[in-house]
Amino acid sequence: MYLNFVNFWGSLIESRGIFFEAAQMTLALTAISILIAIFIGLMFAFMKISKIKPLEWLANIYIYVVRGTPLIVQIFVFYYGLTEIWMISGFWSVALGLAFHNGAYIAEIFRGSIQSIGKGQTEAGRSLGMSNILTMRRIILPQAFRRALPPLGNQFIIGLKDSSLAAFIGVSEIFAVATTQGSNTFDYMTWLLVSAVWYLILVFLLTLAVSAIEKKMAVSD
Amino acid sequence: MSEQMIQVNKLNKYFGDLHVLKDIDFHVEESEVVVLIGASGSGKSTMLRCLNFLEMKNSGELYIKGEQIDPKKDNLNQVRQQVGMVFQHFNLFPHKTVLGNVIEAPLQVKKVSKAQAKKEGKELLEKVGLGDKADDYPARLSGGQKQRVAIARALAMKPEIMLFDEPTSALDPELVGEVLQTMKDLAKEGMTMVVVTHEMGFAREVADRVVYMHDGKIVETGAPKDIFENPKEERTQAFLSSIL
Ligand SMILES: Nc1ncnc2c1ncn2[C@@H]1O[C@H](COP(=O)(O)OP(=O)(O)OP(=O)(O)O)[C@@H](O)[C@H]1O
Ligand SMILES: [Mg+2]
Repeated sequence: MYLNFVNFWGSLIESRGIFFEAAQMTLALTAISILIAIFIGLMFAFMKISKIKPLEWLANIYIYVVRGTPLIVQIFVFYYGLTEIWMISGFWSVALGLAFHNGAYIAEIFRGSIQSIGKGQTEAGRSLGMSNILTMRRIILPQAFRRALPPLGNQFIIGLKDSSLAAFIGVSEIFAVATTQGSNTFDYMTWLLVSAVWYLILVFLLTLAVSAIEKKMAVSD
Repeated sequence: MSEQMIQVNKLNKYFGDLHVLKDIDFHVEESEVVVLIGASGSGKSTMLRCLNFLEMKNSGELYIKGEQIDPKKDNLNQVRQQVGMVFQHFNLFPHKTVLGNVIEAPLQVKKVSKAQAKKEGKELLEKVGLGDKADDYPARLSGGQKQRVAIARALAMKPEIMLFDEPTSALDPELVGEVLQTMKDLAKEGMTMVVVTHEMGFAREVADRVVYMHDGKIVETGAPKDIFENPKEERTQAFLSSIL
């Protein structure tokens, strides 16, 4: 046990170079997929509250499919589908797969937060002569974003951790590097724990970033 | 058509099967202060909200400053700029400062320059006695202060008509006076106002006309003195004795 413990710390420190690179890959994957997911989420949230039936149905089907199928299946469908049709890289197919997946959850987060803003706010905007779109953009969305932030932060963390599935597509992110190290040294446990530490660090940083934004947006309380 | 600020002919409004406004005929002259009274559910709010198209009438005619408004054809955003509204629950924008609330619509809708909007916004805040609160957020204000900001915000669009839907009903009793005073000042300046309120003192003192509504109909209209001292209709008498 003692030896293993020493081994763990040694490995963690010695391997910091390759894992730092892998962490950058994880971050890139997470950042790109989350950014696209926010865009998708907003779009489908608007579709759901649009009161235009076909758009509502489309959004519901999308969310139903994402919720009802495993993420790993979605990622492989994107991988085989996209790399063959568009010849895009494994990295981008996973990024889009993750975006597709997180987009559904983020759509629900946005829908909920937009609908949680009282109708008095819309009425106040409209009564001042603001158009529907202007009221949405200037009055409702800023408040809704603020309310969405805690659950969004949660979803970002899930997205970050889920990006480990990219290992199965051959993207050299943290988990992939850990399993490679494990099979090279036959010491899987050490390297899995090393990867866990890296994920914890990234999640910690992400949490800090989200709460910094939350604080900044809370000035009006 | 005479030059009324507001003219309503045979207006009907339904919520589903519920007939809420029944053949309403109603008008407001320039600089007139009309107070709407009536029991809960009689349709006062709905009436007011039809006047700035927060609710859409089902039938009837609605003229603002002599022009018939057709919600399908006319730009309601432009109509609403002339008709300010103050709500029972203030509905201030919590993510904006007091001044931010006041200048939002002039900036975004009228495209007034920021400097100009701020200058006028501050003047309005001075006028409602809140010049020192410009940079505070609404969460830090008392109810009475919030409502005065809401009045300043509506005035910032330079409306010609102001609608008030129970502006003091959500306030602690000691805060009612400051809001009523602001409204009195506004009336004195000649603002055309339609006010739904249970403040009979205000109605007596400020109203040119009191309109009593019951069950979606206007039952009686008259000078405050006549309505309060000699109501002709039995229903008006019953209502007044129930609240006074
Ligand atoms: N959005 C709505 N949907 C369905 N029914 C409504 C709606 N708004 C109002 N009503 C109904 O219309 C009737 C008139 O309501 P309104 O709010 O105009 O009354 P009011 O005179 O303002 O009452 P109060 O003094 O309680 O504010 C009531 O029966 C009310 O339940
Ligand atoms: Mg009402």
